[in-house]
Amino acid sequence: MKDYREYIQDISEMRSMMERSSKFLSLSGLSGVMAGVYALAGAIVVYRFFDFNPNRISYSTGESVSSQPLWQVLLVAILVLLLSVSTAYFLSRQKATKSGEKFWNSTAKLLVTNLTIPLIAGGLLILIFIAKGLVGFIAPFTLIFYGIAIFNAGKFTYEEMKSLGIIEIVLGLAGCYFVELGLLFWAIGFGVVHIIYGIYMHYRYER
Amino acid sequence: MKIVIDGLHKVFESRIRLGLMSVLAVNQSLDFNSLKDYFDVTDGNLASNIKALEKEGFVDVKKTFIGKKPNTKYFITKKGKKAFDDHLKTLEQLIKAQK
Repeated sequence: MKDYREYIQDISEMRSMMERSSKFLSLSGLSGVMAGVYALAGAIVVYRFFDFNPNRISYSTGESVSSQPLWQVLLVAILVLLLSVSTAYFLSRQKATKSGEKFWNSTAKLLVTNLTIPLIAGGLLILIFIAKGLVGFIAPFTLIFYGIAIFNAGKFTYEEMKSLGIIEIVLGLAGCYFVELGLLFWAIGFGVVHIIYGIYMHYRYER
Repeated sequence: MKIVIDGLHKVFESRIRLGLMSVLAVNQSLDFNSLKDYFDVTDGNLASNIKALEKEGFVDVKKTFIGKKPNTKYFITKKGKKAFDDHLKTLEQLIKAQK
């Protein structure tokens, strides 16, 4: 008969296999912190330098002398998105290599599919808002759809993603109601909340 | 050697087979390449371990096509899930008893 230490090893092996194959655990906490920093920087740039702060749903840029056209604000937003996604990709791949895990495995595919579908739906809706001149809804709706995507993807990665998703949804809804605070809620949701969660995840799972 | 204790199955004595069952227990179905990501063994070794589980009736295959390429997906059977759960339960009891 086997020793009980071997049984313990068997069980822990089984548990770890079940977790590793159903959840993407290479997600890097530091990439969350970085995404938060990019978002805060982006929010400051559009507010301070482009004078972008919609106070009505149908807000048009260029109301004050210093404001910049909307496409420049969107350019900053796209830059923030690209930086965040590429940082998440590189840091998570690094984490996977370090733990001897294959990065692009079946759980990564599940995670990406579940993230992408709500995000594409949200992105298209925002393009419609731009076309219809509903600029005040852009920032809050990015929060809402991001929250839905993250909550949805929470099944396939760390549990904490679910509560993060709910926080983003609540901030987005608040931003829709208090349109004049939309950019502030956006900066809190994508900036501050990401930094807090990122630090928490880093200390909890990466040390 | 026969099964020593009720619930502990001989086919699970291999770490790879136990790992395969663990992975399939929490996934609806996976193809060979996805399974391979979780094990550091050769294709032949992995295939023969899957075969052993298939022979016990614990794992079954579903053959489909992606375009023109054949795609074989593996999934755990009801019998396999029960054997796996029993094995896990028995291990837990054994640990409790020996502590």
